[in-house]
Amino acid sequence: MVTYAFWLFSGAAIVSAFLCITRRSPVASALWLVNTFFSIAGLFVLLDAHFLAAVQVLVYAGAIMVLFLFVIMLLNLGRPGPGDMKGWWGRGVAGVAGLVLAGELLVLRLVVLPAELVLPAGTVARTVREQGAVQAVALPLFQAYLVPFEIASLMLLAAIVGAVVLAKRRV
Amino acid sequence: MNPLAGTAADLVGLTILLPFLGFLVNGALAFLRPRDKRLVSIVGVGSVAAAFALGVAIFLAVLGAHPEAPYVQTLWTWMPVGDLQIAAALQVDQLSVMMLLVVTGVGALIHLFSVGYMGEDPGYARYFAYLNLFIAFMLVLVLSASFPVMFIGWEGVGLCSYLLIGFWYDDVAKAEAGLKAFLVNRIGDTGFMIAMFLIFAKLGTLDFVAVSAAAPDQLARGGGAVTAIALLLFLGCAGKSAQIPLYVWLPDAMAGPTPVSALIHAATMVTAGVFLVARANVFFALAPVAAAVVAGVGALTVLFAASIGLKQWDIKKVLAYSTVSQLGYMFVGVGVGAYTAGMFHLVTHAFFKALLFLGSGSVIHAMHHAYHHSHRHADAQDMRNMGGLGAFLPTTAKVMWVATLAIAGIPPLAGFFSKDEILLAAFTRGGENPFYYAVWAFGAVGALLTAFYMTRLMLYTFHGPNRTGDLERPHLHESPLVMTAPLIALAVLTVLGGALNLPHVATLHHWLEPVTRQAALIAGATEAPPGLEYGLMGLAVVIAVAGIALAVRLLKPAELLTPDNAPAERGFAKLLLEKYRVDELYDAVIIRPLLWFSRVVLWKGIDAGVIDTAGVNGSAALARGLGWIGSRLQTGQVGTYVVVFVIGALAVLVALMRMM
Amino acid sequence: MLLGPALAVSAILFSLGVVGVLLRRNAIIIFMCIELMLNAVNLAFVAFSQQLGIDGQVFVFFVMTVAAAEAAVGLAIVIAVYRHRETVNLQNINLLRG
Repeated sequence: MVTYAFWLFSGAAIVSAFLCITRRSPVASALWLVNTFFSIAGLFVLLDAHFLAAVQVLVYAGAIMVLFLFVIMLLNLGRPGPGDMKGWWGRGVAGVAGLVLAGELLVLRLVVLPAELVLPAGTVARTVREQGAVQAVALPLFQAYLVPFEIASLMLLAAIVGAVVLAKRRV
Repeated sequence: MNPLAGTAADLVGLTILLPFLGFLVNGALAFLRPRDKRLVSIVGVGSVAAAFALGVAIFLAVLGAHPEAPYVQTLWTWMPVGDLQIAAALQVDQLSVMMLLVVTGVGALIHLFSVGYMGEDPGYARYFAYLNLFIAFMLVLVLSASFPVMFIGWEGVGLCSYLLIGFWYDDVAKAEAGLKAFLVNRIGDTGFMIAMFLIFAKLGTLDFVAVSAAAPDQLARGGGAVTAIALLLFLGCAGKSAQIPLYVWLPDAMAGPTPVSALIHAATMVTAGVFLVARANVFFALAPVAAAVVAGVGALTVLFAASIGLKQWDIKKVLAYSTVSQLGYMFVGVGVGAYTAGMFHLVTHAFFKALLFLGSGSVIHAMHHAYHHSHRHADAQDMRNMGGLGAFLPTTAKVMWVATLAIAGIPPLAGFFSKDEILLAAFTRGGENPFYYAVWAFGAVGALLTAFYMTRLMLYTFHGPNRTGDLERPHLHESPLVMTAPLIALAVLTVLGGALNLPHVATLHHWLEPVTRQAALIAGATEAPPGLEYGLMGLAVVIAVAGIALAVRLLKPAELLTPDNAPAERGFAKLLLEKYRVDELYDAVIIRPLLWFSRVVLWKGIDAGVIDTAGVNGSAALARGLGWIGSRLQTGQVGTYVVVFVIGALAVLVALMRMM
Repeated sequence: MLLGPALAVSAILFSLGVVGVLLRRNAIIIFMCIELMLNAVNLAFVAFSQQLGIDGQVFVFFVMTVAAAEAAVGLAIVIAVYRHRETVNLQNINLLRG
């Protein structure tokens, strides 16, 4: 069952990603990307990261992609116009680079993790079951990784200010 | 322990220091107080006279101590480089002391003469500065204890020669004469340097004492190495002592002031070559072929230069070619192994040639004075403008006749004994090798020509009617005492000089024996049968008298015309006047091709073409090209940058994969 | 047990993202492809967290935070550029040409 769901979501993610990068209309690309995010959220669930699956849907699909669509609409780029894909040379380079990269990464997959780092199977699933999905992530976040957490909030503040200033019309 | 240690010989460095200080003081005065002639004269003459006095003291010390080996005094270590250890060292032995006396003695007299001769010249202080520097360098040359130190002196006197020949540098021709002297000498100096390299390579040392000891053991007699060394050293001598083919600078050097011609180009610098052969006699003794070359070139030069002297009109040019010719005699002497004879002639020649030059200087001084009064621009040195000057310059005429008889070889004057000894040595060697008979013959004919052209000079200058001109005649008078006194002193030396080495008494021969003994042992000295000796002596006298008589008979000073009126020379006489056109030959064969090569090949071809175009501009173009290629990467397109980025990332991943 | 296949999916998604960046000229679409790449990385982290600990998931949290901030600022820049140049085609935005 799990395997079946896994292949379903994986296939959906990959197909959606491919369609995303090849559509002429920016809106279509954005929507296909949303679909990719949903599929990945499903994969997260299958990998015992329940909280992250929810956050993925909420933040990525719900906030970031909405922002993208807002900007597309704002700049009136929605209609499918003349293609902005590169010519045959560009496609050739892109294709070759993509294939090589995929190949290399697939080969790197074969790296064996050192034995002392590997936890017994099912540790994370048990943690999630015992503490609940949110607490499982929240405890390390607010204990071990407190400082990065605070810095992240500062960074968000900077991003807000920057975005407002950059996008402002000169009055 | 050398018997000279602790005597006056320890002060030998002072003989060099005194004239050098004179140079510094006079040099400073040339800048600061050029008009203070009195101080310059005192320092200039005084420093050399003091050096002479010290030289006499050293001579007396050597006379008393009879050292068998040279006394070497190391002043400081000059170049310690691994195996090569060169010290700044001076050597006191019989040969160097002899030269010390000649250089400082004759030098002091010439300095005194210059006080009068150069008295009205604005460059007075500069002249004495250079002259003092010359004495200092010449003493470094003769007192040196090793080849490099001698080379310093060798180059130094070349430098002073250049400075003094081109003393009146405003005249381009005179400046170029100085340059010619320096450049021709350079060719000889190259030979000297290569010889030094060879000596060090073969013997591992450059000190005279060590070389003399090592050479007979380490160099094969008659072998290639020692012959090469000797011939290369002789090339240096040919340059410095104006032998064929490098003599061409000496006649041009007459552009300098006459006392300079007397000191440098008669008595001292040009004899440096003869001194070198005497000093390095071990090499010439070990290389009979080289010694024969020395004698042969010397003999050829004797005849060649004497023939040119027959037809020269400039009084100094006659004396210049005479000097070249007499130097040839000296080389014949040291070439046949008669080192004493060669050195003897060096000393006597210094006396009478300096006297002849200074005398001609006296004449030229008077002629200049006369032309100055009449504002004419005629050549004060052309004998056709002279004539009958014996009436106006009696003292000068008398002493110059003494010198003329000496150079012609009339006994008992100095030149007779020295020249005769050289010719006797050559003739005696003829018994082993007929080549030396030819050498003797050249020398004998040269003696005839010498007597002839010197008498010609005297007749045209001092006898017959006066051709100078009516306006000038009242102003011709004898030179002042400061100029005639050195003349008289030199005349006395010329008369008495023969006593230095009378036959069978052989004072000089015994004196120089510690220096020449080794060479005599290696080469083998030959004794002349006594009958031969007196026979040749008589023949020499006959030749000398014949030369003088022929000149008196054939030449008619009364029929001479001034240069303006004289007809052009024709035929062989023209060739002699134009000195066999040797300078023109050198110009066509060597100088022009060299200039062409420099201009076309080296300048336009290599410098402008290869180095500028390919090298400098090429590397700039290459940099520009590479930069252009690099700039193609800066498209400003994000897309391009991303591609490059991705390719780099892929490469990094490959590296990671390798590490797996 | 899902690690291998999950990493394969992550690799393919990442490569697709790179291809997209190399392929397209529209700035906004390139941004979207970058988000795709980030997501692929997130997937890899989560896959590893099954074997190496919960810290992988915490890190994904931070990646998402940064991605959000970056998207906001980046799109603001795109808007600013569009105002000046009337285009988001990266080919035409080349003032830094060398």
